[in-house]
Amino acid sequence: MKKALAAPIGVAILALAGCRAGAPAAAKTVKVGIILTYSGPDASIGEAIDRGAELYRTLHRTDLPAGVELQLIKRDETGPTPDVAKRLARELIVREGVQLLTGGQWTPNVSAIAPLVTEAGIPYLVMSSGTASTTRLSPFIVRVAFTTWQHSYHLGRWVASNGMRRASTIVSDYAAGVDSEEAFVRGFTEAGGAIVSSIRAPVRTADYVPFLERVRRDKPQALFNFNPGGPEATRFVKAYHDLGLAAAGVQLVGPNAVVPDDELKNMGDAALGVISASHYSAAGDRPANRTFVAEWKKAYGADSLPNYFAVGGWDGMAAIFAAIRAQEGTLDPTRTRDFLAHWSNAESPRGPMQIDPDTRDVIQNVYIRRVEKVDGELRNVEFATIPSVKDPWKELHPSPTS
Amino acid sequence: MEGAAPVADLLITLAFYGIAYGAVLYLLSVGLSVTLGLMRFVNLAHGVFAMAGGYVTVAAMSRAGFPFVPAVLAAAVLVGAFGMLLERALYRRLYAAPILEQVLFSIGLIFVSMAIARYAFGPLAQPIELPAWLSARVNIGIGVFPAYRIFLIGVGALVSLAVWAGVERTRFGASIRAAVDNRRMAESVGINVSRLFTWSFGLGCALAALGGGLGAGLLPIHPGYPNEYLVYVLIVVAVAGLGNIRGALYAALAFGVADTTIRYFLPDLGRVVVLLLVMAVLFRHPHGLAPKTDA
Repeated sequence: MKKALAAPIGVAILALAGCRAGAPAAAKTVKVGIILTYSGPDASIGEAIDRGAELYRTLHRTDLPAGVELQLIKRDETGPTPDVAKRLARELIVREGVQLLTGGQWTPNVSAIAPLVTEAGIPYLVMSSGTASTTRLSPFIVRVAFTTWQHSYHLGRWVASNGMRRASTIVSDYAAGVDSEEAFVRGFTEAGGAIVSSIRAPVRTADYVPFLERVRRDKPQALFNFNPGGPEATRFVKAYHDLGLAAAGVQLVGPNAVVPDDELKNMGDAALGVISASHYSAAGDRPANRTFVAEWKKAYGADSLPNYFAVGGWDGMAAIFAAIRAQEGTLDPTRTRDFLAHWSNAESPRGPMQIDPDTRDVIQNVYIRRVEKVDGELRNVEFATIPSVKDPWKELHPSPTS
Repeated sequence: MEGAAPVADLLITLAFYGIAYGAVLYLLSVGLSVTLGLMRFVNLAHGVFAMAGGYVTVAAMSRAGFPFVPAVLAAAVLVGAFGMLLERALYRRLYAAPILEQVLFSIGLIFVSMAIARYAFGPLAQPIELPAWLSARVNIGIGVFPAYRIFLIGVGALVSLAVWAGVERTRFGASIRAAVDNRRMAESVGINVSRLFTWSFGLGCALAALGGGLGAGLLPIHPGYPNEYLVYVLIVVAVAGLGNIRGALYAALAFGVADTTIRYFLPDLGRVVVLLLVMAVLFRHPHGLAPKTDA
């Protein structure tokens, strides 16, 4: 009996094994390297981007061409540490042989990686770094995120055109802060506004009261702020509230980092009424965004919200999927770069977006939002749209090579 | 604001916010002064216990429905007890070790705690909802100020009184002072110095937790917390004179007021000027402004 059964079972096992071995052998594997900050004090940003990308990958797994598999190789750059990022990128390109590199949380890290991708001819899809000049660092960089100038320059124009003609600025004293101050001041004064005072506060200021007390005495109509987001944003908004600046008629405005969607709960009612500019709000009332937020909550918990970093991860992965589909799973570096540089998506959670083939930078709507309480929850409610915004910095600083 | 002369009003405002800031710094640092003074242990991980206090406070409020003040008190008790366990299990082994090893150990503890906090609570800051009576703005005669900061000043004053009375007026405090002055003599008159260490370390941790919990509305609780405010805590403790408990109060208030005032008048250079001032003070008084005269 035993012997009689052994043979057929053996054949069956062999046949099954053959099937299992056969499928991957016929498959094409696309290797994509992703470098983000997964640990340390800034891990929340990396986690948001990663979650956005993973969510897209999970929900659209079946959209890849048959037999094509996407292998995502993750590396932790641990923070704004260019040398670590560069080493990881080299390892991914040389040892792992990735066909595409993505991530790009920090401008300094992207700057360190840029020469490597130029040399290797590997497309590098940037999901975050907001410095305007980032895409000029390498012809292989394509950005799906946003630029500081898209937000702050157009916010400046909007503020001056909406009855607030005198403004003060307080920005965190580092590259992105100074960049956004310049953008806001430019847009604001171009539209007829006057700057009353400008303060650059050290990064990680524990107590913003002295700076805000000065502003209270300058009595501007609007106060522009830029900070790195996270706990710093909460400290700022709470101090703004404690000094009664809103009651004194000083409207707080800023880019999305001043009132990140996921930090609103922590700020509480102090954030009510703050006006900001961003390409994305979790409260955005678009079908694609409602689906995105619902899927996000299903995957990461009902209390969790996608933020503007997460949408960068999501759209980045959408672009990668589109590139894989367009080339049937065999990524040619230059063709991939060209494909990404012409990519557009009418159905992003952030609204319609496209890549400008001339600059390889994103063109998208910028929304003006106000923090309001909806169903007992604080949200950044969009109430005005500036459509199809190109990066203003590049238009003001044309480059022959772009 | 309309009534008072602008200059007087400005000075009052700066003094008030400076003192409120100083009160938070005091609550964060006084525990370190207690442990440093008694055990001469360079515990850079002090902020870990403040962070733990913050997390327990937030969790007790959001998950167990505790009101703010009982939640902070519960956090102080729990973290104090946990600190005593840690003292028995880990810190004790390093009392005789060179300072460098103590520093390395406590820095290691900071990293471990950051990873645990991130794993357990996620990378974002914890939302804390202060009760309505702390969210208002109150007129206290000299101007309208946020109730929360008035509350912090009040608690800072109470804690400093309690710590002072505890050290100067109780048997426990007398034993501590005896052990600091002469450990062998204290032991030979029957004081159990080892147990005293455990209790006072627990006390230091409980004070840190109190500071972390009470200050959570101002200094958000997140995994980077122990590193983020370490510099301020160390400035207070160093300017006070290592382990000087009463000095910690003066140093915290002085730093709070100086920092607030200087940053108001020199917003861009404020931090540099304040740190230069701290350096100058420490150059002139390497043992702090109020060194222990009795130790």
